Amino acid sequence: MEVQKTALYNYHKNLGAKFVPFAGYEMPIQYKDGIVKEHISTRTHAGFFDVSHMGQFFLEGDETLTLALEKIIPADLKNLKVNHSKYSFLLNNDGGIIDDLIITKTEKGFCIILNAACKENDIKQISQFLTKNHKYLLNNDLSLIALQGPKSVEILEKLIPGVANLKFMTGNSFVYEGEKLYVTRSGYTGEDGFEISISNKNVEKLIDYLISNNVKPIGLGARDTLRLEAGLCLYGHDLNEKINPVEANLKWAIAKIRKEVGGFNGWEKIKNLLANGSEKIRVGIKPDGKVIARENTKIFSSDNNEIGYVTSGTFGPSVNAPVAMGYVKSEFSKIGTSIQLEVRGKKYGGKISELPFYKKSYVK
Amino acid sequence: MSEKKFSKKHEWVSLNGEVATVGITKHATEMLGDIVFVEVPDAGKAVEKEGQAAVVESTKAASDVYSPISGEITEGNKAIADDPGSVNTDPEGASWFFKLKIKDKGEFDSLMSKDEYDKFCKENPS
Repeated sequence: MEVQKTALYNYHKNLGAKFVPFAGYEMPIQYKDGIVKEHISTRTHAGFFDVSHMGQFFLEGDETLTLALEKIIPADLKNLKVNHSKYSFLLNNDGGIIDDLIITKTEKGFCIILNAACKENDIKQISQFLTKNHKYLLNNDLSLIALQGPKSVEILEKLIPGVANLKFMTGNSFVYEGEKLYVTRSGYTGEDGFEISISNKNVEKLIDYLISNNVKPIGLGARDTLRLEAGLCLYGHDLNEKINPVEANLKWAIAKIRKEVGGFNGWEKIKNLLANGSEKIRVGIKPDGKVIARENTKIFSSDNNEIGYVTSGTFGPSVNAPVAMGYVKSEFSKIGTSIQLEVRGKKYGGKISELPFYKKSYVK
Repeated sequence: MSEKKFSKKHEWVSLNGEVATVGITKHATEMLGDIVFVEVPDAGKAVEKEGQAAVVESTKAASDVYSPISGEITEGNKAIADDPGSVNTDPEGASWFFKLKIKDKGEFDSLMSKDEYDKFCKENPS
C-alpha cells in the first residue's frame, strides 16, 4: 500500500517536521523544538496536533442503527444525547478490544473517531451489524486537528465564538470561513482542549491562525509522552484484541446498564470477569531511579517471580521522571507494591503507581 | 593540547598520554533528541574496540554507546547519569561518558579527524 499523507503534509514539512511512518501515513514525530519542549509548551500554553490520519466515521440511521452499534460497542448509545461523546470500544466475541474509540451522537446518527491503524478493519467489523437502512461513510475530505493546553479555550474562542461553552466530552457545530465544522471538547493529553473536524481545504487557514497565537505544532513523540502521563491507553501497545476492558482497567467505560443487561460481543466473559476479577490488570508503574522501562520490559515481584510486562514506557517531562504502564498479575496491582523491572539484563526497582501520573485538568 | 578523533558510530575520543576520554558527538545528540537517561561503565571494566560500553536514551529510544578504542575503564562520568539533559547542552565538553586506559595507540590513530568526521556526517545523513 502506498504511504498516505495528511492534507497538512507540506505544511508540516515547512515547519521543520521530522517524519516517521505511522499506521500507513507519513506523520511528524517531532518538529524543531524537540519532544520535551513540545510537551512542556502543550502543558503550559497550547499545542496543535494533526490527527487527520484517524478515521472520522459517520453513520446515519434510525433507532435500529443504535441497536446495531450496541452489539459491538458497550456504551449506552440509546441514552446518549445529541452532541455528547463517550469513550468506548469495539469488542470481539471474546470481549477483546478490536479498537478503542470516541463515539458522538449526531442529529442523524453517530460519528466515531477510529485509530488510523485499525480503521479499515473497524469498518468491516461494524458493517457486519448494519443493514441497508443504515448509511455510513469514512470521510477522508476532513482533517482532524487537536488543540490542547490551558490556553486552548481562550485562543479558539476568539476564532470560533461559542466553543468556550462546550463541556468536556461534548461537541457542537460552528461556522468558520463559511464552513460548518464540528468541534468537541476532548483530547488525549490530560489537558483542556478541543478536537476540530474541518475540511482539508480550510485546515491550513486554521493552522495559520493557531501559529499566529503562538500555538506550537506537536508531533507524535510528545503526543505519546503527554498521553502516557495522563494515563491514557495507546491501541496496539496497551490495548489489543487479546485484552478485554476489565483487564485494561477500563471497566468504567462500559455503561452500567450494559454491564447488567449485556447484549454486546463478549458480554458473558466480561460479566464473569466483572464479578470475579481478571488474572492480570493494567497498572501504572514508576521506576525508582532514572531508568526507562520501555514496552516489553519484563516485570518481576520483589521475590523474583515474573509477574507481568510493560506496554508503554518513557520519560515523563512534566513528572520529571520515567513513567510506564503495563500488565501485572492482579495480586500485585495494589498501589505502592514494590516490583522489579528487567532492563538490559539488569533488575531495577520500581513501584505500582496511581494513574494518571499527571493530574488532568478537564473542564466539566 | 590533547588530540580529538571521531568514530563512525558518532563517538569522540580525546587522548591525553595513555588515558582516553570518550563521549558522543554533537551530531549524535542532534539525532537522538532530548536525552533522558544515561548509564556509564564502572572503573575496572575492560572494553573492546567497538564493544558496548554505555547506554544513552532519548525520549524516543535507547541506544548503545560503543568504545571506539580498547582498554580498561578508569572512570564513568556520574554527573551525566545524574543530569542526562547536560549531554544535550555540552556533549563534547563537560558531558563526556567515560575515561579509559588504552592498550593500542594505533586504534586511536586509525579514527577520523574532525574534517573527516564532518564529511562522513554529510555523506551519511540520517
